[in-house]
Amino acid sequence: MRSLPILLTDKSPSVPAHVVDEFTPSLILEGEHHLCPGCGEPAAMRSAVEMIDELGLTQRAIAVFGIGCYTEFSGGLDVEVLQALHGRAPSLATGVKRTKPDAIVFTVQGDGDMVNEGLQEVIHSAARGENITCVLLNNGVFGETGGHMTATTVIGQRTKNTLEGRDPAQHGYPILISDILSRLQGSAYVARGATNSAGNVSRTRRMLKKAFEVQDARLGFSFVEILTMCPTGWFIETAEAPDYLTDNLAAVHSLGVLKDVTADTAQSAG
Amino acid sequence: MTRRLIEGSEAIAAGMVAAGCRFFAGYPMTPFTEVLEGMARLLPEVGGTCMNAESEIEAVGMAWGAAATGTRAATGSVGQGLSLMQESLSEICFARLPLVVINMARGQGDYFQATRGGGHGDYRHIVLAPADVSEAVRLIQLAFHLADEWRNPVLFMGDYYLAHVQEAVDTSPIDFGPVEEKPWALDGSSSGSGAAKLVSPLFPKKRNDPEASTYGDYLEVMAARFGEIGRGVEPLVETGFTEDAELVVVAYGTPGRYIRFVVSELRAQGLPIGFVRPITLWPFPTETVSRAADSAKAVAVYELNTGQMFDDVRLAVLGRCPVHFIGRLRMDHSGFGMSFDLDVEILSARLRAMLDDVRRETA
Repeated sequence: MRSLPILLTDKSPSVPAHVVDEFTPSLILEGEHHLCPGCGEPAAMRSAVEMIDELGLTQRAIAVFGIGCYTEFSGGLDVEVLQALHGRAPSLATGVKRTKPDAIVFTVQGDGDMVNEGLQEVIHSAARGENITCVLLNNGVFGETGGHMTATTVIGQRTKNTLEGRDPAQHGYPILISDILSRLQGSAYVARGATNSAGNVSRTRRMLKKAFEVQDARLGFSFVEILTMCPTGWFIETAEAPDYLTDNLAAVHSLGVLKDVTADTAQSAG
Repeated sequence: MTRRLIEGSEAIAAGMVAAGCRFFAGYPMTPFTEVLEGMARLLPEVGGTCMNAESEIEAVGMAWGAAATGTRAATGSVGQGLSLMQESLSEICFARLPLVVINMARGQGDYFQATRGGGHGDYRHIVLAPADVSEAVRLIQLAFHLADEWRNPVLFMGDYYLAHVQEAVDTSPIDFGPVEEKPWALDGSSSGSGAAKLVSPLFPKKRNDPEASTYGDYLEVMAARFGEIGRGVEPLVETGFTEDAELVVVAYGTPGRYIRFVVSELRAQGLPIGFVRPITLWPFPTETVSRAADSAKAVAVYELNTGQMFDDVRLAVLGRCPVHFIGRLRMDHSGFGMSFDLDVEILSARLRAMLDDVRRETA
């Protein structure tokens, strides 16, 4: 059995994640969490707050949480948190940022929260050039309800309400949200990373860091989509999830930086 | 004191700014639109922000975020837009955030929405219903004070007449006394301190806080809290001629203003009629209605709907005398404005007939 690549351990994935190693990252109140073994969200969450810390932005940071498995961290971060309703985090973040323009405001939402329930919020916030950072944890399923189709579920993916796999004739096509947001004038930085390998985690951390820098420089809307594993909602073995992500989700939702106004400026200047 | 002749909508906007409101978000809809216009014009002048939200759902979300930073914030719409906001309004109550929400209602069909909780869960919020522009300016300022005092949203119920009637009013700030500091307000400064703040409708404290609780326990804490608000807020009410009235008429808002006028005229003609005008719709002035019913032969309820506040009046009277519904819908063709029924002669004739019926039945 292969070991999980995101955790530096040789212990079996059958051991619950919270006892793999005694370790509490900075800005997270407890090292333990109640998410499933093999979940890709804790690594994403940890990456986001560690980048805030690394940039020295901690004492200006306010997180706005949506509703999903990751809401576990709403009460578990040593970061100020405003808990929103399902879908609504970018609107709340807008109200926070407009009244506290010096704060570093970021949302944490899943694909069900952002791309299903709250598509309007994130698109309008991006179009307004709202100077906030939205972080999407995209695993292509409603993980908290037990594995149901979302707007980002890829064609052929089996979920509890697409038992034979997502069929375009019946269920339509996935929404590639980063691709849409990168086309809006108000967005300054849009990137899509993943937490299924050490390399992808490193790249995702750089994306998050860049997004927060863009916000701090008041350049406009910044967005980091992070593909995360959900072996429970994908109905596969925990150890298979990283490869499943590469072969299925990332094959449709392509990894990379889709837009970076700072790079564009550098190019035109050069 | 300086009075200006201005339209109700503008007066309400000016009252909000006078109360220290510095964030407003809205979506145009008649007859709320002019309030949004007023805020879009006035807020930038005082360093505030007015957001043209992409829908009422986003408007209340933005106002929720602004309220969480301790800013005096408001949003609004008409009843239809308020329907869209109800999910958030419920959660904002559970998050214990002060927020003022305006309903420039079409008719009076939104009484249940306002007082029963149009959203999910066991929650309550204060509801204020002025009858004229000068009372509106006072109550909109009081709304911000009560929202801060009770850390709970306050709904301001206006209507089409209130939005568009011009009156000479004073819109300078009113001092309702000090309110508590807002140590819970977010600004980012507590992040990394080991005790970072949390503003949440799900649980009040971070996981490492000794006061941390489960969502289930929190719902019970909040149910008790809404009870405290209901008992603690002093109901506001206007009464007239109730001591020796055989018939007491209950009405609120602009229709309450008409009833006050018609009852006064009938009194001048010697008819034993009185009125009760609830100003807080929640908490409802149950005691006042109850006392008025003690000495009356009957109570009548006048609303521009098919009988909603009627339920609260019946609960106050508790069967001690008959309670009759004498309201009507009778909306104009647009359905936006006020009823054709709001006519002094029509109402005068109806109250006379009602009094005749009551006297016949009790003779």
